[in-house]
Amino acid sequence: MSLDQARRIAEEALSGIEYRVDEGKGFIEFIVAKENLVEAASRLKKAGFDHVKSLTVVDYKAEDKFKIVYHASSYLNEDLAKAIVGIGTEVPRSNPKVPTLVYVWRSVEFQEREVFEFFGIEFEDHPDLRLLLLAPQIAEKKPLRKDFIVKEEPIIRTKPPTG
Amino acid sequence: MSVWVYGEQKSELGLEGTITRKLEEDLYEVFIGPQHPGSGHMRIIIRIDGDIIVEADPDMGYVHRTMEKLSEGREWIKNVPLFERMAIHDACNVTVSYVMALERILGIEPPPRAKYLRTLLCEINRIAAHLYGFGIFGVFIGHSTMYMWSFADREVMVELAEKLTGARLTHSYPIPGGARRDMPQDFPQAARKAVRYFRRRLDEYRKIFLDNPVTRKRLEGVGIIPKKIAAELGVVGPVARASGIKYDARLAEPYDAYDEVEFEVPVYEEGDALARAWVKFEEIKQSLRIIEQAVDWLEKHPREAPIHERFWAKAPPLWKKVFEAEGRVKLLPLMANLKLPPGRAMARSETARGEIVYYVESDGKTTPYRVRIVSPSARNAIVFKYIAPGYKVMDLPTIYGSIDYFPPEADR
Amino acid sequence: MEGNGGNGGRVYVGNLDKSAKRAKQLVMGKLRMGKAVDWATAFSLWPVHLTTSCCGCEFAATWSPRFDAEQHGALPWVGARQTNMILIEGTVTKKMACAVRVTWEQMPSPKFAIAMGACAIDGGIFYNSYNIVRPWEIIPVDVYIPGCPPRPEAVARAIIELQRKIRKQRVASKWIEEGWRPDREYVKPKEDPCSWWRG
Ligand code: SF4
Repeated sequence: MSLDQARRIAEEALSGIEYRVDEGKGFIEFIVAKENLVEAASRLKKAGFDHVKSLTVVDYKAEDKFKIVYHASSYLNEDLAKAIVGIGTEVPRSNPKVPTLVYVWRSVEFQEREVFEFFGIEFEDHPDLRLLLLAPQIAEKKPLRKDFIVKEEPIIRTKPPTG
Repeated sequence: MSVWVYGEQKSELGLEGTITRKLEEDLYEVFIGPQHPGSGHMRIIIRIDGDIIVEADPDMGYVHRTMEKLSEGREWIKNVPLFERMAIHDACNVTVSYVMALERILGIEPPPRAKYLRTLLCEINRIAAHLYGFGIFGVFIGHSTMYMWSFADREVMVELAEKLTGARLTHSYPIPGGARRDMPQDFPQAARKAVRYFRRRLDEYRKIFLDNPVTRKRLEGVGIIPKKIAAELGVVGPVARASGIKYDARLAEPYDAYDEVEFEVPVYEEGDALARAWVKFEEIKQSLRIIEQAVDWLEKHPREAPIHERFWAKAPPLWKKVFEAEGRVKLLPLMANLKLPPGRAMARSETARGEIVYYVESDGKTTPYRVRIVSPSARNAIVFKYIAPGYKVMDLPTIYGSIDYFPPEADR
Repeated sequence: MEGNGGNGGRVYVGNLDKSAKRAKQLVMGKLRMGKAVDWATAFSLWPVHLTTSCCGCEFAATWSPRFDAEQHGALPWVGARQTNMILIEGTVTKKMACAVRVTWEQMPSPKFAIAMGACAIDGGIFYNSYNIVRPWEIIPVDVYIPGCPPRPEAVARAIIELQRKIRKQRVASKWIEEGWRPDREYVKPKEDPCSWWRG
């Protein structure tokens, strides 16, 4: 089964919900409104996407938004396992709150905690929203946001030798 | 085998075997780690009733070295050695999918020779990492012979990797568009000798470790993960395959030369610590097969630059001379100015401990906009919370060792 | 006085500190055992099992049959209270710094430290990370091993180097005589490494 077929299955499952499709190389994303996220995710799960591979959050500072995508796939259905399908939403940077999907996919529990400490995004109703990796002093700085900058030594570029 | 259910409370999952109980006054809280060989570089906070674990709370982050953030400031090629530090005993497997993601954004495919070279190193790494896992597992359950044997035999594979790449552990072998080096002339003999040696040796491993009644007593029925729960928790690699889930990134989305070589994916149904050890054991056998096939293929086909035309065409004649004489590709100046077109890609590969997923986003600069890594150990960490309750305290090292948890990889 | 062993048991009461001091003077001064102490310490180094980072892979290989660092008189041990050497394997993160310091304080003196890997020298590949500390800020380090990761031979070499240092500079016996390390200040971290835990 190719990505296209998985896409068709996901589109069928999501019928009735408004979504936008974002394509990438090797995966596909459905972006829905925040209110529909839980509903859309549970429908995807019923369609066979039974676990989340990656909870990917990207900080688009210029557009003032976080994009939160749950990249899901399947274990029990060997055909669906070949595709990665994302379901996600976008929230403004000033008020980063989304409903949790722990009750849909238990596999995101630790990843949501991780996103919480690195981006400061709050997952409403998460059963156990604590810090996972960082010490509290560092978690305050929200290190993965784009306004936290670490200094980097520049690479020294030499001209390639000729001859 | 039935799952041991503790307490009356219904689990949040609604599934049997994952039930935890709230802390009551007569329970003890025990901190295990980080200074303890039974927990590596992580801490597990457990609450016990007698010697039965009631609640386990993994406290990770002791080796969190901020790779995702650092990668945003570094050139594309400099991130290969950075990500390698996640699991240096399994270096090629963890970086190959990052490189694949870059190739997807660039829209190039490495030449077949490079694909086979990468596959070869991936499998050498897989065996070395499995033996590393066995060795540490041996220490955890007090089987020092296993530690001694597997670390001694691991050196055979490490030597092979050193012969191929020049480094014992941190190879930085895959690069966008190919591989860094061709194999030396005398490599095929050495590889075949190693394979022959391992075939003979694995039988002895089975006898002293997996079929040993003492080991079996300690492993059988410990840390059982039923199939349904394994899928629900999203565990990966040997942990999932020992629970009856037939999932392997090499099958689901064949990368490099995995669609051309023959191999099987061992699956066990029991889901306990012993089954996980068996999966790893069988995987070593399959890796030996792949190594043989890859070496055969490489020997039959003429030596050519193991790097994509696009880069090779630009290289000055000196580098071509270096390649002809030494079989290696001069690297940095060729790649330092690498700019990727804007785009997003995801790639996955199967490391020894499970599947690793990279999400790479480029905005057209020389550095990434965002790299998201989900490593196998990070996904397996949830096992401690949901599977350890119900077992004895002394079973915790067994569970820890059997899922082959590697903290630097989990914390990134 | 009745002892707990029944009739006729005795308990001797004395000033333990004073007796220990006199015993020390006797052993180190009159009997000139300093050299023997150094020799004995040099060949009974017990690194503690505190794996801080990925250099631990080579740390484990160092004690494997092929490199067999046990022949030099060092063997990793479990409990911090029974060890006298700490081998820092690479990066020390902010969270781990607390564990390193606590372990160091638990170890009985004379004790030594080896820092392994580029990360332990000055951050190595993670030089600009926001979550790491330099090990020399937390504990006094005797020997550094460069490399990323250092080969097992290099680790064995560092152990031999440390032994030479102990015997040549008479580190262990001086430590016992004077009660502290004369050749280096006892490193006290500027910040409390465990502040994240309490705060
Ligand atoms: S020096 Fe290298 S191998 Fe050692 S901990 Fe640092 S990055 Fe890892």
